[in-house]
Amino acid sequence: MAVRTRTGLVLARMLQALPTIAGVIVVTFVMTRMLPGDPAVYFAGPMATPESIAEIRHQLGLDRSLFEQFWVYLGDLARGDLGMSLVAGGPVTEEIMRRLPASMELTMFGLAFALGVALPLGVLAATRPNSWVDHLCRLIVTLGVSLPTFFTGLLLIYVFYYLAGIAPAPVGRLDFITPPPPHLTGFYTFDALIAGQFATFWGALTQLVLPAVSLGVFALAPIARMTRGAMLQVLSSDFIRAARAAGLKPRTVLVTYAFRNALLPVLTTVGIVFSFMLGANVLVEKVFAWPGLGSFALEALVASDYASIQGFVLTMTMMFVVLNLIIDILYTLVDRRLEVSG
Amino acid sequence: MTSFGRHFRYVMSENPVTAVALGMVGLLTFAAVFGTVLAPYDPIATDTARALQPPSGSHWFGTDNLGRDVFSRVLAATRLDLGIAVAAVALSLVIGSVLGVLSGSFGGWLDRIVGRIMDTIMAFPLFVLAMGIVAALGNTIENVVYATALINLPFYTRVARAEAAVRRNAGYVEAARLAGNSEARLVAVHIFPMILPPLMVQISLNLGWAILNAAGLSFIGLGVRPPSPEWGIMVAEGASFIISGQWWLALMPGAVLMFAVLAFNLLGDGMRDLVDPRQRT
Repeated sequence: MAVRTRTGLVLARMLQALPTIAGVIVVTFVMTRMLPGDPAVYFAGPMATPESIAEIRHQLGLDRSLFEQFWVYLGDLARGDLGMSLVAGGPVTEEIMRRLPASMELTMFGLAFALGVALPLGVLAATRPNSWVDHLCRLIVTLGVSLPTFFTGLLLIYVFYYLAGIAPAPVGRLDFITPPPPHLTGFYTFDALIAGQFATFWGALTQLVLPAVSLGVFALAPIARMTRGAMLQVLSSDFIRAARAAGLKPRTVLVTYAFRNALLPVLTTVGIVFSFMLGANVLVEKVFAWPGLGSFALEALVASDYASIQGFVLTMTMMFVVLNLIIDILYTLVDRRLEVSG
Repeated sequence: MTSFGRHFRYVMSENPVTAVALGMVGLLTFAAVFGTVLAPYDPIATDTARALQPPSGSHWFGTDNLGRDVFSRVLAATRLDLGIAVAAVALSLVIGSVLGVLSGSFGGWLDRIVGRIMDTIMAFPLFVLAMGIVAALGNTIENVVYATALINLPFYTRVARAEAAVRRNAGYVEAARLAGNSEARLVAVHIFPMILPPLMVQISLNLGWAILNAAGLSFIGLGVRPPSPEWGIMVAEGASFIISGQWWLALMPGAVLMFAVLAFNLLGDGMRDLVDPRQRT
């Protein structure tokens, strides 16, 4: 039972992420070397002569050993160089940085929607087992994981844009006549608010609602399920009975005692859900013509632009790894039991 | 066996949803086997005179922009969609259970290597990894199956490893070991069969997800090529008609896709109750 400091625990957790990151880099490297055919022939174009192909092969470093190539790849990565994008006509890194805020804004609003619905739903269902809330929760959980994200998106467009006419056309982050707000964070809603452009803020927000909800509906099911389960377990434990017997207000027992303890498994679930959300992003961005990373990947797929696809996979994965790291660190900071037990 | 039958009947009557799910899966299997025979129209025959007709008595799900009968296409697509998912899940079951049982039973360096590989797979957002694999290996249906199998692999390996590790030193395995059975025989005859029930649960919980992933990949243009009928690609082709009000092109195949995923998810929950009642939520 060695007592460990929080800093030590956090550092240990950060070290544990290193092999994972190394594995991810190796996999993405291997992925580009599995490409069908000879990349040099592909990059040289249809008019290539054997000399120009050899030239390009030399430029790309393909005439060197795999180990040397991997070393060069690592060096490029360290300098943030992901190669040149065919579809964007510039460096992959630049294009990814330009599109990243669009995807992040969408994911953030989607996650906020999912949490905003799932947490109260799960808590209510757990406090009233077998009531209508509980049945509603079960229904939403079951339907939510079965809904293909792109189907939800199209259904929402049909109902709210075509039938009800209250949602804007699915044409991206803003309609064609509104200019984007001055660039600060890259999040249109925040930038518009900071610049005081309330019409732009409203426009960006209404464009966000449907894609964020489509993304959130899929994510909220596992979170609601886990919240309900964790709350049920906590509520039946001894310290809750003691708190109730001591005459604490039901609200204090529910929020301060039960909910805070139930949050730990929910936090882990959010990490898992984030994996689905990054994938579902691609589908939602296609449905709503959202100019984010997913749309970039789809353009790259059509054009067989491998450098861009590789950059996309690497960026998405790094975001996921970092998020999981943050969640684990939060977990370490919240759960004081980890300090004593090994 | 009779006790299992009694337990099966009990679970079915206790939770009628599972019985309904079983019926839904039966219907889907029937459509997968006989869909192409039952389809009222040729799923790829175009007829521009009948283009974009809303659902009616003669065209239950309407017709698409090329005049193809949407119902026939959805029906014919069942075999391909379920086929991709079943093939992928079967592949990850076979590889994952063998890897998992070996690393759970023997531990050591094999366990560490397998565990590290599975951790690396799980470090990726799985759909994004599948996209990257299909892009790298080439845009074919087989590669969609391989990619879907790979992203499912960790789930099977982990279940198999955990179950095998519990049983490695169980009393009955110890007894069999003392009776002179070889380690290989212990793993094959005494451990492996015992971990099949939890793996079966994993399959039915996973199939719905595998269908979703495969349909998602073809929705973004990977794997299945037009004009082959497939749910994801049908939704993609019909998506542009939503904003002009021809909803049936995209929403009908999408709804059937949802029906299929729902069926397997419900069945999975029921199966879990059947095999491990403690995990009920």
